Amino acid sequence: MGRTWAIIERELRRFRRSPVLIAMSMTMPIVQLVVLGYAFGGNVKHLKVAVVDQDHGVPAVKVRELASAMSSGARTIDILEYTDSGVAIADLRNGRVNGVLTIPPDFSRRVLARNQPRVALIEDNTDNFVSSALAATLGSMLVTYNQPAMTPRISTAAGLDVVEIYPYVPYIQYLLPGSVVMSIFMMVMIGGGIIFIDDKARGLHEGYLVTPIKKLELIAGFNISGTIKAVIAGMFLVLVGSLIAGVPSPFDPMRLVRLLVVVVVTAFALISLMFLLMVRVSDPLLPRAVFGILNTVLYFPSGAVYPQQGFPGWMQVIAIADPFTYAVHAFKSLLLKNTGFAAIAYDLGFLMIFAAVAMTAATLLFKRTL
Amino acid sequence: MSAIDVQSIVKKFGDFTAVNGISFAVEDGEIFGLLGPNGAGKSTLIRMLVTLLPPTAGTALVNGFDIRKQADGVRQSIGVIPQAMTSDLELSVEENLIIFAKLYGVPRQKRERLIDELLEAVELTKWRSAPVKNLSGGMRRRVEIARGLVHEPRIFFLDEPTTGLDPVSRVAVWEMLQRIKSQRDLTILITTHYMDEADKLCDRIAIVDHGDLKALDSPLKLKTSIPGTNTLEVSFSRTPPDWAERLERLPDVERVTAHETVFRIVSLNGPRTTLSLMEMAASEGITVLSLAVQSTTLDDVFVHYTGRALRDALQDVNPMDRQGFMVRRQ
Repeated sequence: MGRTWAIIERELRRFRRSPVLIAMSMTMPIVQLVVLGYAFGGNVKHLKVAVVDQDHGVPAVKVRELASAMSSGARTIDILEYTDSGVAIADLRNGRVNGVLTIPPDFSRRVLARNQPRVALIEDNTDNFVSSALAATLGSMLVTYNQPAMTPRISTAAGLDVVEIYPYVPYIQYLLPGSVVMSIFMMVMIGGGIIFIDDKARGLHEGYLVTPIKKLELIAGFNISGTIKAVIAGMFLVLVGSLIAGVPSPFDPMRLVRLLVVVVVTAFALISLMFLLMVRVSDPLLPRAVFGILNTVLYFPSGAVYPQQGFPGWMQVIAIADPFTYAVHAFKSLLLKNTGFAAIAYDLGFLMIFAAVAMTAATLLFKRTL
Repeated sequence: MSAIDVQSIVKKFGDFTAVNGISFAVEDGEIFGLLGPNGAGKSTLIRMLVTLLPPTAGTALVNGFDIRKQADGVRQSIGVIPQAMTSDLELSVEENLIIFAKLYGVPRQKRERLIDELLEAVELTKWRSAPVKNLSGGMRRRVEIARGLVHEPRIFFLDEPTTGLDPVSRVAVWEMLQRIKSQRDLTILITTHYMDEADKLCDRIAIVDHGDLKALDSPLKLKTSIPGTNTLEVSFSRTPPDWAERLERLPDVERVTAHETVFRIVSLNGPRTTLSLMEMAASEGITVLSLAVQSTTLDDVFVHYTGRALRDALQDVNPMDRQGFMVRRQ
């Protein structure tokens, strides 16, 4: 055990003296959290809508007044009055406006005749977010248009009441679990993978292989020290990330204990994966090349940025095997829903079995001689 | 019992035979050298002896322990300085020594005493808290020497200890090794491709080339064992077409080899050959541009046993270098 501790001591002393490594592993996930959180989390605003009124009747004017009211209220849309629909559509194609609302010449006549009056929205559908926001806004505007001025006291139409059992979760909080797992992975990649292979290539391992240290002691030393470094990165992200994302009661002690357990188990699972991948590698270029791919393949299918239910079949298969999926799910439960261990038992179980299998395989493959 | 007993040891990498059945014994308290160019198999050999590489065939006993079956016993008895710089850059000199002492299970009090002694022996006491990355190559080597001795091994292996160092550092390392050896009960095995290092440090030298043991004896005996005691290196203002043959016919001349414009003449009697050479050149009206006379060097010994000069052999492409990405020296 003393020899294992010597290896751990050596690794942690080196870690303490490598400020760049520490800074990169902790800063990058925070930057990603903030930038992605705010880039994706917002609502689109100030979409330019060209209104072409070809009717000028009273109902048409009412539509235009509603549109102006919407644009001065929520500001989702900005109204621009056009007289010529040809010019409006040309501007749509040039990107000067995001949509064209055309009130056709027979609109008022059809309203009075109760004969399916239609208003047309011509939109630029190359940007999905914009076009769906426009359709939703103008759709709800027409719903308002259609409602009578006075509502009857007893309603016979079925309505939907929405009740949210958790406090509102802005997108940046939704991203936080993924960022915590990402910081653990980055520390494992750089501190565990890249440094390990660089040392091997520089011949540093030979210095240790000639000592009487046993194979298991060497493996335990490297992996325990890697886990400790990754836990430090993970807890840093949990605390700082919770503050940045505005997670309620970030320093709740019971929750911190549960979070620590998940961080430790995740760190150990990821370092086992890393060790298995690197155990027979000696080329320092390989981990650098592989990690970029691995990062993407593990992070996005885990449901960290977008729910799994939206994935195609093949990606759902990746998600099932991906340790990130379980880690992200566990962190979501703890950070966003503040659950107990029961809700995350399955995730912890998977991660521990994953770690055991990966570490066993790596230990069998590890060579005590060159 | 010899400190090291190598028994027909063989190492093959695929089709390539790096070590071809070498046997020798190193006595207690000797400084023993393996001399040969890169690719000769000496690094492979030493790596097998320190249990870094398993042999393909044959075995060796180090301090009585079999390298194949009793590797732990071997590792506990030996100190090793591998060819690459393996000290940890981010740690201080002292921390490097402490970690290694812990790996060998040296108890704390003994460890503290030994570290002080070793730092003094390698003249790094002032630098004990300095991070190793701030040290020069020569100083790093000295840290590694101290580190290799921190558990008081009986046998010390050094793989090309002064390769890549400047001349001043090389001399410092030699002096250090000699001083350390004089203060301790130690057997040392060194591999090197430097003749001067082998000549100066070693009690006995084994000449290794292409995986074979070519010769084994003390430096002095090796030098006196080969015929031809002097080597003249001469260059001329002009050389007539049959000049080499005419040089060979001078008295006491054994062999003449031409290296571009320089003629190397191996002779049994340097002064006599020099006199007749000057006379012959003068009679032809040829000016001797330069003349140097050397006594037998290990290079001559090497040429004798392997058929080529050590410095020429160093130009050969090392087949081991094709083995992939391995940075050998910092």
